[in-house]
Amino acid sequence: MPVLERGGAQVWQRRTMGERLVRWIGWLIGLVVFAVCWQKISESTTWFFVWDAPRIAGDIWDRATPPKWEYIARLGRPIWDTLNIATLGTMISLCLAVPVAFLAARNTTPSALFVRPVALLIIVATRSINSLIWALLLIAIIGPGVFAGVVAIAIRSIGFCAKLLYEAIEEIDATQVEAISATGASRWQVMAYGIVPQILPAFAGIAVFRWDINIRESTVLGLVGAGGIGLQLSSSLNVLAWPQVSLILLVILAAVVISEWVSAKVRGAII
Amino acid sequence: MSHRELDDMLGTAWRKPPLVRRAWLRWTLLLGFAVYLVAAFATIDVDWGRVYEGLDRGWAFVMSFTRPDFVSRWSDIWSGLLESIVMTVAASVVGIAISIPIGLGAARNIAPLPVYVICRGLVAISRALQEIIVAILLVAIFGFGPLAGFLTLSFATIGFLSKLLAEDIEAMDRSQAEAIRASGAKWLQWINYGVQPQVMPRLVGLSMYRIDINFRESAILGLVGAGGIGATLNTAFDRYEYDTAAAILILIIGIVMALEYLSGVIRARVQ
Repeated sequence: MPVLERGGAQVWQRRTMGERLVRWIGWLIGLVVFAVCWQKISESTTWFFVWDAPRIAGDIWDRATPPKWEYIARLGRPIWDTLNIATLGTMISLCLAVPVAFLAARNTTPSALFVRPVALLIIVATRSINSLIWALLLIAIIGPGVFAGVVAIAIRSIGFCAKLLYEAIEEIDATQVEAISATGASRWQVMAYGIVPQILPAFAGIAVFRWDINIRESTVLGLVGAGGIGLQLSSSLNVLAWPQVSLILLVILAAVVISEWVSAKVRGAII
Repeated sequence: MSHRELDDMLGTAWRKPPLVRRAWLRWTLLLGFAVYLVAAFATIDVDWGRVYEGLDRGWAFVMSFTRPDFVSRWSDIWSGLLESIVMTVAASVVGIAISIPIGLGAARNIAPLPVYVICRGLVAISRALQEIIVAILLVAIFGFGPLAGFLTLSFATIGFLSKLLAEDIEAMDRSQAEAIRASGAKWLQWINYGVQPQVMPRLVGLSMYRIDINFRESAILGLVGAGGIGATLNTAFDRYEYDTAAAILILIIGIVMALEYLSGVIRARVQ
């Protein structure tokens, strides 16, 4: 226990001198890094705009209130498109994520040396690129529209779903699998009766969880032209129609809250 | 299962029980799902001719991953990447620093009710608004540049980290905190010696995870003018310079992988 002698009395201390020195240097380095980063940001900022920001914010607020309620009649179709992008995208991604997850899990992969790294690479690559970037890419390839949005959401979700699913597969109870294979079941029968029933609750939970996230992401995909309500948001922003923007933001907020509520309810019912 | 039922079932083949036991509910769910699928597919108009034409370009893009062009736009890539990293570091530091007090306030077992309600409200607002929408509003208010991106990421960090930190504090062991309090500690000492050591490993892990997310998000903020690599990427796509785009995507994937590896190492050390 580090103790300091002070005037004959022993005072308890949490750390020794060396520990404190290391910590102090660590904090100093961190602070310097942060200061340098802040310097960089500050350099490329027009501070006049920042000092002016409260006035601009008030100005935008004045323009955006009250929301243009009658515009909601034109939002029905975009909301339906958004829902479709999220739902179909989630379904396609699940179909693709299941095989990837089985190839990536240590206990089910056919070859830990050759197949598993490829599956892990697919997971990392699809996960680390945002759905907006996928959408940007797909629009260049297959043209703007809802379809590009569906495919973008599908690709983006593969990594997320496959990662959670393969972790669930790795955690299964091996005795059940052994019991099924002891009856003389083939590889596929072991899969269907030994492994799948054990990961089904996790699978359903992942599906609903990802659907909730995808609703959020599909609301903004339209900003780059991939369909859904974001398209309306982008066109309203371009013509500075702030009352429409505020209404669309309210609708998006409502959609996000509702989807979160639905997903919480469904997950509560399953698990 | 009674003997009578067992006798009846002897000699007949076992059949897998259905997932949903009530027959009418099962069929209603299936039918509703089928109707939704038909309706969804009917409203997506895919221009298959356009998709077919795009396949060549898609293939060209995939091939460009085999010969990414880091050189010809290197200065743009470097400045964009540096801005992304700077934004990530600064926003993570500020976001984590702000989310610790808010996380303390949002934990029901240590915060009084008014503080709890205010902090939970802040967390809910931050979680309901997506990064990209916040970025659009902040760019409109503060002007183009990394400051808007920095503020967006800090704001998003607060919602994520405070919520998870508060949940961890609510799940902590009360007796340790009480022992510190019984020794006559003041409030700050109580937090510092009774609460903090219990939640520290998880806080470090979550912070690392959030840095990872912040970097990934910083890659898209440039699409709406909030600084970072996104603007460079968008330009590369617009000009059909797939080899440059491939280089940027490879860099993003590489950095995300490195961050994930680093956070794995750090989490393994603190736990």
